[in-house]
Amino acid sequence: MNAAVPPLLEARRISKRFPGVRALDDVSLTVAPGEVLALIGENGAGKSTLLKILAGVQPPDAGDILIDGQPVRFRGVEDALAKGIALIHQELNLADNLDLAGNIFLGREPQWAGLLDLARMHREAATWLAQVGLALDPSTPLANLPIGRQQLVEIAKALSTSARLLIMDEPTSSLSAHEAETLFGVVRDLRRQGVSVIWISHRLGEVKELADRVVVLRDGKNAGDIADRSGIEHERMIRMMVGRDIDRLARRPSHPPGDLVLAIDRMRTSAHPSHAISFDVRAGEIVALAGLVGAGRTELLSTLFGVTPAVAGNISVSGRTVTPRSPIDAIRAGIALVPEDRKTQGLILDMGVRENMSLVSLWPESRFGFIDFHAEQRLAQDMIPALSIKTPNERQVVQFLSGGNQQKVVLAKWLAMKPRVLLLDEPTRGIDVGAKAEIYDLVYRLAGEGLAVLFVSSEMEEILSLSDRVLVMHEGRLAGCLSRRDLTEENVMRLAAGGTPERMSA
Amino acid sequence: MKPLVARIANVLRGLVSPKILGIVGLLFAVCLYTALASGNFLKVGNLENIVHRTALFGILSIGVAFVIITGGIDLSIGSVVCLVGVLLPWLLVHHGWSVPLAVAFVLGLGAMIGLVHGLLITRLGLQPFVVTLCGLLVYRGVARGLTQDQSQGFGTAFKGLRSLATARFPIFGDGGFQLPATTLIFLVIAVVAAVVLNRTVMGRYLLALGRNEQAARYSGINTDRMKLFAYVISSTLAALGGMLFVLDINAAQPSDFGNFYELYAIAAAVLGGCSLRGGEGSILGLLVGSALMVVLSNMINIVHPRYQNIEFAIIGGVILAGVVADEVVRRFARRRLAP
Repeated sequence: MNAAVPPLLEARRISKRFPGVRALDDVSLTVAPGEVLALIGENGAGKSTLLKILAGVQPPDAGDILIDGQPVRFRGVEDALAKGIALIHQELNLADNLDLAGNIFLGREPQWAGLLDLARMHREAATWLAQVGLALDPSTPLANLPIGRQQLVEIAKALSTSARLLIMDEPTSSLSAHEAETLFGVVRDLRRQGVSVIWISHRLGEVKELADRVVVLRDGKNAGDIADRSGIEHERMIRMMVGRDIDRLARRPSHPPGDLVLAIDRMRTSAHPSHAISFDVRAGEIVALAGLVGAGRTELLSTLFGVTPAVAGNISVSGRTVTPRSPIDAIRAGIALVPEDRKTQGLILDMGVRENMSLVSLWPESRFGFIDFHAEQRLAQDMIPALSIKTPNERQVVQFLSGGNQQKVVLAKWLAMKPRVLLLDEPTRGIDVGAKAEIYDLVYRLAGEGLAVLFVSSEMEEILSLSDRVLVMHEGRLAGCLSRRDLTEENVMRLAAGGTPERMSA
Repeated sequence: MKPLVARIANVLRGLVSPKILGIVGLLFAVCLYTALASGNFLKVGNLENIVHRTALFGILSIGVAFVIITGGIDLSIGSVVCLVGVLLPWLLVHHGWSVPLAVAFVLGLGAMIGLVHGLLITRLGLQPFVVTLCGLLVYRGVARGLTQDQSQGFGTAFKGLRSLATARFPIFGDGGFQLPATTLIFLVIAVVAAVVLNRTVMGRYLLALGRNEQAARYSGINTDRMKLFAYVISSTLAALGGMLFVLDINAAQPSDFGNFYELYAIAAAVLGGCSLRGGEGSILGLLVGSALMVVLSNMINIVHPRYQNIEFAIIGGVILAGVVADEVVRRFARRRLAP
């Protein structure tokens, strides 16, 4: 790099805190003009937070952003756009009721005497579309394009704002292999024209193919760079992303596995109907479902819980076949789900702790349809100390509790029905460290009491320390199962990225 | 002795929640103004009339409150009132049906209408506004078509059945205040509704689903069945209301009988603390809301009879002022609570 030319963008010592988490701690990076920089790291390493700060979505708590060597301060996405930085989200921000030209110029429509200057809009849109390799009529409705081409439209839109740096968050996550190839070509073209790209991806293969340089984040900190193209290798990247000394993780002794509780035989979910999934979970066992975001883990739990019924296969609980077509069926069979989003799926936020806890057991405890208020009160009085829930009293409205205590209320609700199978989806997301440990203790204790536990997690530490066995999912299929003997962070990452683990047990 | 006093205090505190305090104040203010402006307001006959009409509108309002609590809306109430109001005398007088059969038929018709609304909303996923708006148009059209737009009434017959709506019980002896039979019917329904809402699993489920339908479904609540139940209650009570209205007035003109009654019912429910976002509502608040609507109309009639043409504007203005005041007070309270 020529020392006389300042980097297009430089982030210096960026820090960002969220309640209970230090998302970014002293992170720095630079992007040169015409450079493709890959930003990699595990889920929760701070990639998303960093790119939001660079694109002006959120302000940093500390640190500076420099563009062409000049410090800048973004008050919003508009400021970043004005400086030539455009963020292309994982979920596209396009209006599928408009045509391509309408999308490209959304909010910046050329006008003539207060009317849309459609002729100019279409003329200019065509040149931007050509730049990303789309030879399409700008009046084509966006909804007619497949998702991969819609993404190219989004890039054309960013270029039309004279963007010099595109930040692309998991751009290939919903693309077919062919569509991804096209996108790589477009990115290479852009590089030739001097446009820079920050490419965030879990797919190390495409990083190797595309990136000029790699920056690795781990636990919100810089974990190293790979500055030369030839040094970008699979193994090296995984080592840098994982990096931590695994031995220090305290693993608890497994509970002796009991009877077969949850048995799943060739089940197909409606989200990934082409893959049949079979596995089982015994009483006392804690099984983790690992995988990248979008690998189909949440869909698997939703299917078991009857939210989106299975399209084929058998599910049985303690030897009895169940066909969960709604949560009601699942609950009747003894399956409980602590859902991914506790605020919209787990809790009635403006009801009290007591009312939330009793929601599942209210009917079985009722007499002729009348609420047994004494039983309800007893439940709350038993559960609050048993789960050490910190609340002023059992009437407290749950939205005023901390995340950890809210999650314990959800757990209490399910424990009240005495489930056989406990499904948990990201059980400690957004929860501070202390409460996390308490929830781990609780789950471990429940397994000891004979529950079969299946949990989805994107936090490696959680998977490694809590589970007896890990099922890894990749693009809708079960990519492998790791017993404790083979359970290493590297093996989980390999399977999750579609590879094969070392030392697979027979 | 002490616990009993404490319990009574607790019950009173539960009844007079701060949410309906404002509307109670507004009702009191309108009553005071009317009483001072006209000597007729406090006359026994006028008070009887107010209590009677509050009961009739209150029945409709309880029905729609169940739907509003689930986060839905029922715009078809006025047309159901009309359909039942013309069908009952039409079946009895023109077709010679027996009284029990005709009454059972119109109430069953109400329940069926609610069932159809509920099925369209839960099974097909149509919007409550659209489904019940179509209901509003269809039932009035059917009522006018069946009767060829002719006014329906009982004449001098069916005195026994009509006493359901017209009877008065002299509870303070001769010449004193007489309690209308409709008020008794309303009170029974109100007590049952309050018990269902506050003491039964079903009521809890309705409140839970109105606040967060997804979380309710994830807790194993059959949200579709609960909604179905709410729409059946709404239309059945609308049918009962329509029956009482026509028994009372003894004439139903298909083109305007029950016009705008759904809006009166919804306004009373909202004034009484129901949120159109769902999940909130109290039967007592609803009673006060219904009374306010009736007293406002009474005030215009006896104090400002020349303003009768703009009755809607006055009622609308007062409701809006009440809702705005309520919101302002709530924001002020929230700011004081915030650190």
